[in-house]
Amino acid sequence: MHKRKLGAQTLAFQTLPRIAAAATVVGPLEGEGPLGDCFDVVHPDQTLGQKSWEASERAMMKEAINLAISKAGLTSQEVDFMLAGDLLNQIITCNFAARDLGIPFLGLYGACSSFAESLGLAATLVDGGYATRAVAAVSSHYGTSERQYRYPTEYGGQRPPYSQYTVTGSGAALVAQANDPKFPAITHFTIGRVMDLGIKDPFDMGSAMAPAAMDTLQRHFLDTGRTVDDYDLILTGDLAEVGRKIMLELAESAGVDLQGKYDDCGCRIYDRERQPVFSGGSGCACSAVVTLASICPQLLRGELKRVLVIATGALLSPLTFQQGESIPCIAHALVLEQVTKGGVALG
Amino acid sequence: MAARAKKRAVKRQEVLEQEYKDLAQRQKPKTPVVRNVLVAYLVGGLICVLGQAITQLYLRLGFSPEDVGNPTAATLILISAVLTGLGVYDVIGQFAGAGSAVPVTGFANSVVSAALEFKREGLVLGVGARMFSLAGPVIVYGAVTAFVVGIIKALLR
Repeated sequence: MHKRKLGAQTLAFQTLPRIAAAATVVGPLEGEGPLGDCFDVVHPDQTLGQKSWEASERAMMKEAINLAISKAGLTSQEVDFMLAGDLLNQIITCNFAARDLGIPFLGLYGACSSFAESLGLAATLVDGGYATRAVAAVSSHYGTSERQYRYPTEYGGQRPPYSQYTVTGSGAALVAQANDPKFPAITHFTIGRVMDLGIKDPFDMGSAMAPAAMDTLQRHFLDTGRTVDDYDLILTGDLAEVGRKIMLELAESAGVDLQGKYDDCGCRIYDRERQPVFSGGSGCACSAVVTLASICPQLLRGELKRVLVIATGALLSPLTFQQGESIPCIAHALVLEQVTKGGVALG
Repeated sequence: MAARAKKRAVKRQEVLEQEYKDLAQRQKPKTPVVRNVLVAYLVGGLICVLGQAITQLYLRLGFSPEDVGNPTAATLILISAVLTGLGVYDVIGQFAGAGSAVPVTGFANSVVSAALEFKREGLVLGVGARMFSLAGPVIVYGAVTAFVVGIIKALLR
């Protein structure tokens, strides 16, 4: 029998669950960014004509899920489970989206790491034979995040240069037991530990999250016996420019040479020279839309062979930082690979 | 023994956190303090010049020098509220920092932006309850300060 868990924290999938379809929906600023052409839907207005920010985020998530399902040529009744997460209190975006979609549903919260958490768990269900198809989705929205975590959107406070800009958008991926080699497979899922090195500034998420990303990366290498050389690209979720630099320094001091192989979704989604995003992007949707709209097609085209996506999440709430607590952070890693052969038979 | 080991672990964590803070600090872009202070001084000054111009106008329109303060402040508040509604004041705020936050226009912005943000939760629980969520502390501690200063003044008399 194949061992399904490697080392302490890594799940190794035996039957190669694949991303059979993916869809991304974003707002105007993301559409104007360097990846603008990659997204399925770019909304010219952050409100989407809805009466609240929350309703517009929900509309985006539903649109992304419906689009992913229809791209696979399916209907929502043919999807076994929906696993989703978002940033709002009581994860209202995915709860309400699931109400409207009617797919059996597990709501998840891993802050911005929810993308890897939902996709990894969807792959686990499919690999374990508990589902034929599962859809994983996440969303975030500048307006909803600002009013929940920070200030009203029109408040004239000055943000520090190391702050980040929440990505408005949603990404959905349909994971299926498809023996079609043209879809990227999810081969490993490394579940992270909560790390906290005492950063308290809620504007400084890159610094807070980098140690969690580094811990998961090292754990992944330890569990799988792999090194940086085994990957074409290692991509963190939303450390942005500040966190990316810290990640490089942490890796260097740990003796891991990431140079040339490493980037961050928060740096890729916006053009920091041209757009008012400070250190870069953040939010659940950041890693989701960059991975699904830009990395998956590159895997399909064969430009990338094997990618490690480490989605990072800052597990704070407005309450905890007002009470002076530091910011606990987590990171989950997924290996996306273009595997030409079919699934491995269960031993 | 166990207590001592625990103490050592706490100490180790403290050292680790301090080392990490230093590392992160090196990579973080510095807040441009000199630039921010200069711009705040200039923009704050400009808002005051605008206030003075409005005062002169109202004096010419027949207000007495004792009464002119109130309509001047009301006009600045109106301008700030309109700019907040048009989505301009937050842009000015990012540029000017304290320069646009400290004058009465900043106070108006904090009230109007909160009212706009929470109007979807209704007139009572949204606008009514949360309008002063940012400005509330200013009012509370303004009143407290006035009270303390008032007592000092009374004692010195």
